[in-house]
Amino acid sequence: MLKTEPFILNIGPQHPSTHGVFRLRATMDGEIMTDVEPVFGYLHRGLEKLMEGRTYKENIPLTDRLDYVSAINNNWPYVLALEELAGISVPARAEYIRVIMGELQRIASHLLAIGSLMNDMGAFYTPFMYMFREREKILDLFSMVTGQRLLYNFMRFGGVSHDFPAEFLPALDKLLRTLPGFLDEYDALLAENEVLLGRTKGVGRLSAEMAINASVSGPVLRGSGVRWDIRKASPYSVYDHLEFDIPVGTIGDTYDRYRVRMAEMRESIHLIRQATQQLPAGKTMNNVPLRFRPPRGEAYAQVEAPRGALGCYLVSDGSETPYRCHFRAPAFLNLSALKEMLIGQKLSDAIIIFGSIDISMGEVDR
Amino acid sequence: MKLPALPELACSLGAEIDPSGSGLIVQPEKLLETARHLKETPGLDFTYLDMITAVDYPDNFEIIYRFLSLKRNEAVIIRTRVDKENASVPSISPLWRGADYQEREIYDLFGIAFAGHPNLRRIMLWEGFKGYPLRKDYQGNA
Repeated sequence: MLKTEPFILNIGPQHPSTHGVFRLRATMDGEIMTDVEPVFGYLHRGLEKLMEGRTYKENIPLTDRLDYVSAINNNWPYVLALEELAGISVPARAEYIRVIMGELQRIASHLLAIGSLMNDMGAFYTPFMYMFREREKILDLFSMVTGQRLLYNFMRFGGVSHDFPAEFLPALDKLLRTLPGFLDEYDALLAENEVLLGRTKGVGRLSAEMAINASVSGPVLRGSGVRWDIRKASPYSVYDHLEFDIPVGTIGDTYDRYRVRMAEMRESIHLIRQATQQLPAGKTMNNVPLRFRPPRGEAYAQVEAPRGALGCYLVSDGSETPYRCHFRAPAFLNLSALKEMLIGQKLSDAIIIFGSIDISMGEVDR
Repeated sequence: MKLPALPELACSLGAEIDPSGSGLIVQPEKLLETARHLKETPGLDFTYLDMITAVDYPDNFEIIYRFLSLKRNEAVIIRTRVDKENASVPSISPLWRGADYQEREIYDLFGIAFAGHPNLRRIMLWEGFKGYPLRKDYQGNA
């Protein structure tokens, strides 16, 4: 019998599969992980502290930089919390614009998540480029409305920064007509693919109990079979006027998380279709004083971001700057269950499991 | 999302209702017991820890916990206040895996200790960093 010894392997912080600067300190027994310890903080910018020194309006572009692949969804809990705190109403048209842009952002983010998951699996850049082709069309739409491709600074308390330009709705309609076909095509190529099935089925299982215990949310929680979505549980904006399903997985493996993301994109398309049909006319912004001071108090608002439940806890002392602003970052909390998913798995599978959580380091480290 | 019946909850836990009406205020020494009661009592089922955060008020630190009951679609906020000198609260990470990193984050940025936490070290900043940036008296170039 050969004598073996456990050894420590450092993965990252600079590594193509870490989706940012993230370090994993793994104890290995041969090829099997026996213990893992994630090391955070490489991208910590002190965002919550920075916000205390800036006015409420100046903070909106900072929220874009939380999770830089879903900027619109990051603005949302911040403006919602502030609207609740100060009692600001939002015009109906602006609410629908928020939903359309937010759901487009979800599709863009999930495309990136699936594309990079395929990359992690070793299908280098071919599926990734196809996903990027579709994502690019969505970014073109964003740049049509906001003038930006990645960080849009789009939402305001009391509305949104821009109304849709005249050419937007026809372009959106064209996208909605073609996108489902492309998704079908990718699904046909990927979902029954022998390699994908072999590498994801039963890999990195997370039980529903553990997912709940570890405060996991979003597609990872739903992949484990828990039907929980903030858009249904506590509908914000106009989600209670729109119809959609919550796709869930069955056993919580990497394949289920992939399926949930794929199905969520179809639900998002369905949501955008309904929102464009119901889109009312009118203004997109209610007047808010330039030197804005919300009353003393606190508010907590949550939205369903592509990575899970993104919350914003806001405390005001009646001045022009927030007294405290905390973000409940879903990517950060989804990593709480990482240990559970990784221990006992092979190193090469660990990379895939990590990719299937779909983290964004800007949000983890804040 | 609804609020649970707060007066009954306050009565069974010996806690007071928060003036804002969003939840309860408990003493730090009763925190772990309260959390366990919320989690394990059938009919309450607050099995999901949504968020932990802290605020530095002039007189004390306030630590805020938000629990969800996925089964009943209810949310409750539990607050506890501690003095700034040697601030310490019991850790709830034995009950929730999700509390682990959040408590470390608060320890890192506020300097509030969580008694009973298995691995209470800095998480965002490096070991050896001086001070706690989210405290209001922190002298930095923020």
